[in-house]
Amino acid sequence: MIRERLIFEISDKGKKGFTFPELDVPEKKNLTDSIPVREDIKDFPQVSELEVVRHFTRLSQANYCIDKGIYPLGSCTMKYNPKINEKVAQIENFISAHPSLDPKFCQGNLEILSELEDMLIEITGMKAFTFQPAAGAQGELVGMMLIRACLEDRGDPRKFVLIPDSAHGTNPSSAHICGYKVKEIKSNKSGTVDLEDLRKNMNKDVAAVMITNPNTLGIFECQIKEAAEIVHSQGGLVYMDGANMNALMGICRPGDMGVDVIHLNLHKTFSTPHGGGGPGSGPVGVQKGLEPYLPIPRIKHKGSHFSLDENYPKTIGRIHGFYGHFLVVVKALAYILSLGPDGLKEASETAVLNSNYIRKSLEKEYHLKYKAPTLHECVFSDKYQKKHNISNIDIAKRLIDLKVHPPTMSFPLIVHGALMTEPTETESKADLDLFIDAMKQIDREAKENPDVLKSAPQESYVRRLDETKAAREPRLRWKP
Amino acid sequence: MYPEDFSYTKDHEWVKVEGDTATVGITDFAQNQLGDVVFVELPEPGDELEAHQTLGVVESVKAVSDIYSPISGEVTEINEGLNDDPEILNQDPHGKGWIIKLKVKDESELEDLMTASEYEKYLEGLEEE
Amino acid sequence: MSYISLSQKDKKEMLKVIGASSPQELFDSIPDDIKLKRKLKIPKAKTEPEIMEYFNQMAHKNKNNEYICFQGAGAYRHFIPAAVDYLSSRGEFVSPYTPYQAEVSQGTLQLIFEFQTLICQLTGMEISNASLYDGASGTAEAVLMASRINRKSKILVPKTLHPHYREVIKTYTKNLDMDIQEIKYDDSGQISMTELKKHLDKETSAVLCQSPNYFGVIENLDKISSLAHENKVLSIAVVTEASSLGLLKPPGEQGADIVTGEAQSFGIPLSFGGPYLGFMACQKEFLRQFPGRISGETKDVNGNQGFVLTLSTREQHIRRERATSNICTNQALCALRATIFLELLGKNGLRQWSWQNLQKANYAYDLLKGIKGVKSPFSGKVYNEFVIQTEKDWADIEKGLMKKKIIPGISLEKYYPELKKCGLVCVTEVSQKQDLDRFAEQFKEILSA
Repeated sequence: MIRERLIFEISDKGKKGFTFPELDVPEKKNLTDSIPVREDIKDFPQVSELEVVRHFTRLSQANYCIDKGIYPLGSCTMKYNPKINEKVAQIENFISAHPSLDPKFCQGNLEILSELEDMLIEITGMKAFTFQPAAGAQGELVGMMLIRACLEDRGDPRKFVLIPDSAHGTNPSSAHICGYKVKEIKSNKSGTVDLEDLRKNMNKDVAAVMITNPNTLGIFECQIKEAAEIVHSQGGLVYMDGANMNALMGICRPGDMGVDVIHLNLHKTFSTPHGGGGPGSGPVGVQKGLEPYLPIPRIKHKGSHFSLDENYPKTIGRIHGFYGHFLVVVKALAYILSLGPDGLKEASETAVLNSNYIRKSLEKEYHLKYKAPTLHECVFSDKYQKKHNISNIDIAKRLIDLKVHPPTMSFPLIVHGALMTEPTETESKADLDLFIDAMKQIDREAKENPDVLKSAPQESYVRRLDETKAAREPRLRWKP
Repeated sequence: MYPEDFSYTKDHEWVKVEGDTATVGITDFAQNQLGDVVFVELPEPGDELEAHQTLGVVESVKAVSDIYSPISGEVTEINEGLNDDPEILNQDPHGKGWIIKLKVKDESELEDLMTASEYEKYLEGLEEE
Repeated sequence: MSYISLSQKDKKEMLKVIGASSPQELFDSIPDDIKLKRKLKIPKAKTEPEIMEYFNQMAHKNKNNEYICFQGAGAYRHFIPAAVDYLSSRGEFVSPYTPYQAEVSQGTLQLIFEFQTLICQLTGMEISNASLYDGASGTAEAVLMASRINRKSKILVPKTLHPHYREVIKTYTKNLDMDIQEIKYDDSGQISMTELKKHLDKETSAVLCQSPNYFGVIENLDKISSLAHENKVLSIAVVTEASSLGLLKPPGEQGADIVTGEAQSFGIPLSFGGPYLGFMACQKEFLRQFPGRISGETKDVNGNQGFVLTLSTREQHIRRERATSNICTNQALCALRATIFLELLGKNGLRQWSWQNLQKANYAYDLLKGIKGVKSPFSGKVYNEFVIQTEKDWADIEKGLMKKKIIPGISLEKYYPELKKCGLVCVTEVSQKQDLDRFAEQFKEILSA
């Protein structure tokens, strides 16, 4: 395969890819007399439109994507992104709306935000949502800030946050920015939060526990109500990381399990595309007691008239320049409206069916550290293949040769050599089988032909890349 | 494998005392667990360290690990070579890949550490887990 | 429409493999008492034509497109070349995840590398990350970064920094024992040097400087950076109108240690406030305290060039609570749009673009200032936004102009009660001379009424 050159290497003096209309006001050259003006940007690209189009078309072809095939990244919910969602998010009156418009000019936008809030309230059993957080991690941060504000209001913000050892790395990081010290809670043998350890660590210094449910092993925290009672009995609050909500739509609701604050990832559960790393959207839902602390402005409505309200004296303040990722909200609403109540439930049921089909089909070949039933994802490991000196990296890279995307690797941290697999509901049986057969083939190759794994990928745009070199000698921008 | 004249910690640091100077590094086991080391964060000469206090950080591509001082003392020298060539920590962890030198404050602290054979036994225990 | 690809036969076969009689059985691990015993109360499924109709109706309730709008203040209306929409809609860019598996993500990784290079070139800095959420949270991240670098906690935030950015900084730092002090502006509409000197001391971690600032006025960043450095304080430059980078001296050449801001102007539509594109760049020495994803160049086993996400040990998935930021998902697709936009405009187009913004805005500024009853409260030089003060309340001006299908700008009184009867007007390259002339005429009419 021919590698696409960097645009800077294609560039040549005098070429252009866009022309502005002529300046139609009298030009005043002296406007720059007393302001600091830059010199010509050396080496800034100069290319034609066709060159730009070819450049990005070729680059795009070096990407794997959900439109091309199964993408079973655990904890990422790589489901199909329906095209109608993209289309409605391009409607001119949405994309050309300035965020400072007076509400009377943008009633449709405000109604959309309000509609999705109502739907998420019903799906999760919470009482109110904010859409300001730009992604899941910012949602976690907002969630923890809400908890802190609420506890401060009661007189003591407390010092610690308890987080299970299977949690996403964003959890402790978000708690830290919120000024909390993190204490780790152990998982028990069945892969769920150890209630004994929770009880031991829960006291009046603990602000909250952050629980992912189903957890990152794909196991439902069946004792979540008991866990919530332990936390509540000491005056603490329960935060739920809703990254795995795709297993629960129409099945059960965090609001009915004792959860006080939750964030959702619209770019996971609600089908908005990941875009190669964003933009996402991480709305945060709360129970009634925490509503006064939500970020401002909030959307209010009287009958069919919508307004923006900043009159919340206890608010944590603003977390985004404007109202969050409005266009992502449009797509998520289109998705929920498309599925309706039955479709959402069917989506969760099928996500769990697909995941269990993979689990059952591969449980002989791949080690499962935790045997408890799993919902939308399951975590295999490379333990059996390790005997042949094959690690999860080799497995992942070989999957690339076999034309499927690898699972999430080396996470959660409590499973050595993890291969965390989440197919989502939208995959066909043929594509699930393609993944299963590839994994089985790799297991055979581990015993019979390990070299083909060690030298994978062979058929990709580039071969295995040297990450050590990248970190030891950082080259983070092009230079002539 | 593990030099007899070193003392070892459970966090996989080693210390070698000559006169009132102690040389500190991480063990071969530690470098192996980390994988290719890409960065080492070092203290400043003159820093006072307590035993078990973090003296620096060692990073590989996918992992970060604190380095704890096995004993107390003042940092007299750091291995500047690690800044440019962190890979010597992988190549020669017990020799050229030393990390800092300390002026020993209390030699009795060495008694809390493991000998080479005790450390090897400790490692066997870890591998069984 | 549920987007499921299994037939009934498939489902049956799969259940058989699993050994379950129904999909519902697979949820037995959820205690019965927390299961939802009813259907979700949301509207029944809509078909694609019905979805289209629903959103068309919603869009119709917006009235923005009937008006000429001179609002800016952190969100700017610029022309977007067709190729930006076309290329950034490709499924290969829209539908992958974060490029963790580098070998099948070279498209995304290379474009991020190009984006980082463009940002470095524009800002005059040595390193850039792959993006942050938006300008406001980027500025908050820069404040946290500065505090990590020099372990000091006093931050000087000028009142000429976008009020929303100031609010987001406050939210981010509220629980971190930091001291945020506001610096007043002077008659030029720039940061008051006297006030700055009063607040600046050895305890200060960083001073922020937005240029062009919230009033559209170009700040003397060079002088502010020098003053900061004399006190061993970091200089953080904030850019909310990225088109200015094509004309103004890059912050890196004016002493900035960290540059952050909003790059929405680079090919990203207004979209009612998001998604936008936060960016951050800094000098090399601060690399280890730098937040966010970074794409780096390396080689594959055959010695061919390739790109990977690198220096990940700074990030939350490895360093957890000691990470440089909690950011994970960022704005990759928006960074793609910016990259395509900048590469299309190229060196000369970029310059021309900035020049037209400067010229048109100053043309309108002069027209409006020439109207009896209008004055300019600030003497500083402006880029593509400016403040005007009128004899009437801004609300009345607005009301009058809206009847003429013009939205004149943003009232300043909410965030600056001292700036009575003042409005912030933004003019970009998309405004035509005839629109600007009509704007000024109508303005005059309302004032004389």
